[in-house]
Amino acid sequence: MIEIDKICKRYGDTLVVDTVSLAIPHGGVVGIVGPNGAGKSTLLSIISRLMKSDSGSVLVDGLDVTKTPGRELARRLSVMRQENHVAARLTIRDLVAFGRFPHNRGRPNRDDQERVAAAIAFVGLDAMADRFLDQLSGGQRQRAFVAMALAQDADYALFDEPLNNLDIHHAVSMMRLFRRMGDQPGKTVIVVLHDLNVAATYADRIVVMQAGRVVGDGPPSEIITRSLLSDVFCVEGDVLDIEGRRVISVAP
Amino acid sequence: MSVPTRPVLLGILLITTVLFAAASLLIGGGYAWSDVLTLKGDGALVLAASRVPRTVALLLSGAGLAVSGILMQMIARNRFVEPSTAGTVESASLGILLTLLLMPGSPVIVRMLVAALVALAGSALFLMLISRLPLGSVLMVPLVGIMLGGIFDAATSFLAYRFDLLQSLGAFGSGDFSIVLRGRYEFLWIIAGLVAAAYATAARFTILGMGEAVAVGVGLDYRRLVIFGLIIVSVVTAAVVVTVGAIPFVGLIVPNVVSLFLGDDLRRSLPVVATGGAVLVLASDVVGRIVIAPYEIPVGTIMGVVGSLGFLTFIFWRRGHAA
Repeated sequence: MIEIDKICKRYGDTLVVDTVSLAIPHGGVVGIVGPNGAGKSTLLSIISRLMKSDSGSVLVDGLDVTKTPGRELARRLSVMRQENHVAARLTIRDLVAFGRFPHNRGRPNRDDQERVAAAIAFVGLDAMADRFLDQLSGGQRQRAFVAMALAQDADYALFDEPLNNLDIHHAVSMMRLFRRMGDQPGKTVIVVLHDLNVAATYADRIVVMQAGRVVGDGPPSEIITRSLLSDVFCVEGDVLDIEGRRVISVAP
Repeated sequence: MSVPTRPVLLGILLITTVLFAAASLLIGGGYAWSDVLTLKGDGALVLAASRVPRTVALLLSGAGLAVSGILMQMIARNRFVEPSTAGTVESASLGILLTLLLMPGSPVIVRMLVAALVALAGSALFLMLISRLPLGSVLMVPLVGIMLGGIFDAATSFLAYRFDLLQSLGAFGSGDFSIVLRGRYEFLWIIAGLVAAAYATAARFTILGMGEAVAVGVGLDYRRLVIFGLIIVSVVTAAVVVTVGAIPFVGLIVPNVVSLFLGDDLRRSLPVVATGGAVLVLASDVVGRIVIAPYEIPVGTIMGVVGSLGFLTFIFWRRGHAA
């Protein structure tokens, strides 16, 4: 269980995260959506201790993220950020292998190697595992980082817009991958998404953020509505029901 | 792939090292190589008092500087950074001048420690600057470092001029191993320990090169690791500058060339980087002893020429490829 309690964060005069409280129990896929600048990435950074909040607290399985040793947390929580500027020239296999670092402290054993190979195969990069990251396309690099998070095998996996740079084929296979991860016992996937249709299709629960606040939280059937489109995203459109799934159709 | 593998690369480098080390022991002003080889006359003394210390000093300095270079590149996450493009060398020199000024006649260890402390502060200032500046291009980072180094240099020259120390300043300006004698270089052995420490933590430094987010994500104490890395770099730089003077570009050329072949998983590449640095500095010194024999061209000068050419080539090559 991740317990987020009254988190606030301001940059200068703007409050980017405004008293956000959320409880995320074990299991499933949680999608976080919202317009640009809603504070989604900042919230994710605070949960994953990459950034300090001004007030409030985040507990992961009862452990305060600001006080727990990094190694302890790294085995419970992994995070993949939007921009990954890597100065080190590494192969895909090198990169993914470092996902095992919280478990092996840099000394991989046979089990680690198998997990790494499996993670690479999962994202479909096994044919190019020994290529260097600087020889890959943006989408391939993105998938390599997802494989790294996979290899880390944490109970909570956080992804910040992992579908950037991906074509529809890879976006769909990545969401299916998250779905499978979230269906494993004890594993929770928390993913910031841009596309509401994607969120509606794959997430069990959608959290809507707007101007630093949580303005909606529930299953897709409750959250994806016409008023969400007009009130939060400022577009007019219809929400259709196709075989029980919510699908958005925006007016041209 | 036609790229040489690690054992091949390491093998070639080790053989080259042995060859140049032999040359370094035998070649030099005043004595025929055959006298040194057969230990005739003063041959044994020359070997023990001058040639062996000089060769060891060259190997240690080269290895230390190359390793410092790759550590700085991982810490700053920029391929163009090394102690001489990050203000580290210049702040170490400032530190030495301060000891000459404030504690004249202090032992070498004191000078080295003060130089290391000032170098640590200087490099930390550099990191603070580049983390705050909006940097449009990767080349801005070393430019900022070179400018910062220029400022330290100016302060050093000004103080030296005011207090009549310009002559002593020249001594540590450009790396010169002709001054290395038994009893005057032993400090450099500290580099062996520091390189070993870097190798023992190689996995962590590789993760550092993936950025703060990844490092924190896999559970590393980012800040502590950066400081640890800077301490290694500062002490190596200070030890080299105090003993023989500055040797530019070693930390830039060697890691980048090795990276082309092996990548940057330091667990794999660090031994090759260290050996490569040792060979480069050793070879430069041997060449410097031959070209205008019986006089010598200092290593610092040779590396300045070779290094700046290498730097330029590298920048243009990098432009042509994915950066």
